[in-house]
Amino acid sequence: MSSATEAPAAERRYIDALNEGMATALEEDERVVVMGIDVGAGGGIFRVTKGLYERFGPERVIDTPIAEMGYVGAAVGAAMTGLRPIVEIMFMDFVGVCLDPILNQAAKLRYMTAGALEIPVVFRMQTGAGKAAGAQHSQSLEAWFAHVPGLKVVLPATVADARDLMLAAVRDPNPVVFVENRRLYGSKGDIDADPLPLGKARVARPGEQVTVVTWGQMLRTCLAAAEEGDASLEVIDLRSLAPLDMETILASVRRTGRLLIVHEAIQDFGAGAEIAARVGDQLFDELRTPVRRLGTPTVPMPFSPDLEKALLPTSKAISTAAEALVAEG
Amino acid sequence: MSTSVQASTTDSPAVPERDLFATMALIRAFETRVAELYRDGEIPGFVHTSLGQEGVAAGVGGALAADDYVATTHRGHGHCLARGMDVDAMMAELFARGAGICHGKGGSMHVADPSHGVLGANAIVGASLPLAVGAGLSSKHLSQGRVAVAFFGEGAVNQGAFHEAVNLAAIWSLPVLLVCENNIYAEFSDSRTLTRVPSVVDRCAAYGVDAAAVDGNDVVAVYELASAAAARCRAGEGPFLIEAETYRWHGHYEGDPQPYKPDGEDASWRERDPLEVSGKRLTAAGGASSEELAKLREEAGARVDAAIERARSLPAPDPEEAYADVFGD
Repeated sequence: MSSATEAPAAERRYIDALNEGMATALEEDERVVVMGIDVGAGGGIFRVTKGLYERFGPERVIDTPIAEMGYVGAAVGAAMTGLRPIVEIMFMDFVGVCLDPILNQAAKLRYMTAGALEIPVVFRMQTGAGKAAGAQHSQSLEAWFAHVPGLKVVLPATVADARDLMLAAVRDPNPVVFVENRRLYGSKGDIDADPLPLGKARVARPGEQVTVVTWGQMLRTCLAAAEEGDASLEVIDLRSLAPLDMETILASVRRTGRLLIVHEAIQDFGAGAEIAARVGDQLFDELRTPVRRLGTPTVPMPFSPDLEKALLPTSKAISTAAEALVAEG
Repeated sequence: MSTSVQASTTDSPAVPERDLFATMALIRAFETRVAELYRDGEIPGFVHTSLGQEGVAAGVGGALAADDYVATTHRGHGHCLARGMDVDAMMAELFARGAGICHGKGGSMHVADPSHGVLGANAIVGASLPLAVGAGLSSKHLSQGRVAVAFFGEGAVNQGAFHEAVNLAAIWSLPVLLVCENNIYAEFSDSRTLTRVPSVVDRCAAYGVDAAAVDGNDVVAVYELASAAAARCRAGEGPFLIEAETYRWHGHYEGDPQPYKPDGEDASWRERDPLEVSGKRLTAAGGASSEELAKLREEAGARVDAAIERARSLPAPDPEEAYADVFGD
């Protein structure tokens, strides 16, 4: 690394901020445990939990067999009985083999017992296309979880949020699906002195002409589009899909009159559709143009990096879509 | 796997058989009346009764400490009653009243009472197993000294959740008591046709977990085995599996016409009614007269009838209740 690109001392990598969030949670509350495949002695397949095992021991940082149904279910049972587990599902795609503990147990047991049971559990899931990982290691499935009552869904896009949302998720009395995009792992940034609460969106860049709502990895692409294009974009980093901070979105769209929603997940039936519907419902008369969405086309993510690039929204596609909205009305 | 835990076949003065009989009588009265109420349309939804299986619920329930954890199944009324769940609140829940133990949001398949360690009945076959493993994890890590019991049927043993959960309980040496109620039928199918290894004890051996079969219609045999197994769990010796051989008198669900049961099978099992087995022993040994036993059954019937009358008089839940308890603050 050349000295020109070296980060200042205050800067951290996203991956280290995640680690710091977990370490702080383990430090401040002995009920917190970390569970997952190779999260302990191995330090995690992407090294996100590196050093936690050595620091907190095998009783708190627990290696599991490759048995997601069993250990994710056990994390939910542990959350019902006094522990506060942070449980890792190595790739979001693998949730297919352990959906029941999330969908039918964690999300519903508080409700079905009229609040007698509390399920403070964090489901860490790593995702991200663009690394030639193929169709079973690339999916962004956040809309599935946002569709289930009882689950919070957070998607940190910045280094500060990697730490702050992790801590907020662990401290939350509800089950939280925590989505990490591995393309962000190496990104660098500062830590906020005054973190925003979970459930609050952030205006990442103020602008005048088009409101761009996004989350996760796509935030960087949207910010790049704002730099590169001719339109003035107001970029909103949602931070969480559930709760959904419509207040911040509506306030922005009231000013700009134009909305573009950008996400890495498949566009059809994605979370962007829900946001578009709500804005259309509440601001129909104030919109200058129809609401537009930009996501991945409805095909499985192919292996070839060239094919991946052809599918994922680019900064160019975003700025072009925004400029088209400005030209339209 | 052979085991060091064996049920004694001799009457022990320490066995509170009269109390166990009273618990079975309560379950019998409750389930009998619930089946009638469901048939008559007074109880909505789905109902699965445990008539014929009372010996397992009462035997295991009686062997546990007051704060031990229990995770059970869609056929869980008996387990809940044996753990001391309030009959009025439970019946009110089955009647879908606002004063029900889950405020009318759980129903027969989801009755729960964490104050009695009951983590809930559960409508997903096999789900109780990972949840109980998690409760065992809490007990061990937080030094709670509590045993976590998973009730499940032999039908659940073909679920991956069983195998993953048993393996986790084994490798982490958790205080988990696995109680399989082998009632021969997995919904409509004879379980012996669904696996080459019908013995759950034998299947458990693959995980290095000690296990023993017991006559589930003999409440004292169940009680003695469960007491010894729970003591083992509490002593830190890891999980233990009990395979209780029993029989489901009614169908998979109330209303199931059961064309799949061979002629005479039901009658032969009813000859070994767990209340009759225990009643005969009690009267023969002088533990109770037949008049006393009849009185216990009358009292149980009166208790259940009072709960029914109360439930009938209760109002439906306030519509606002539907929106409460999705998330905790």
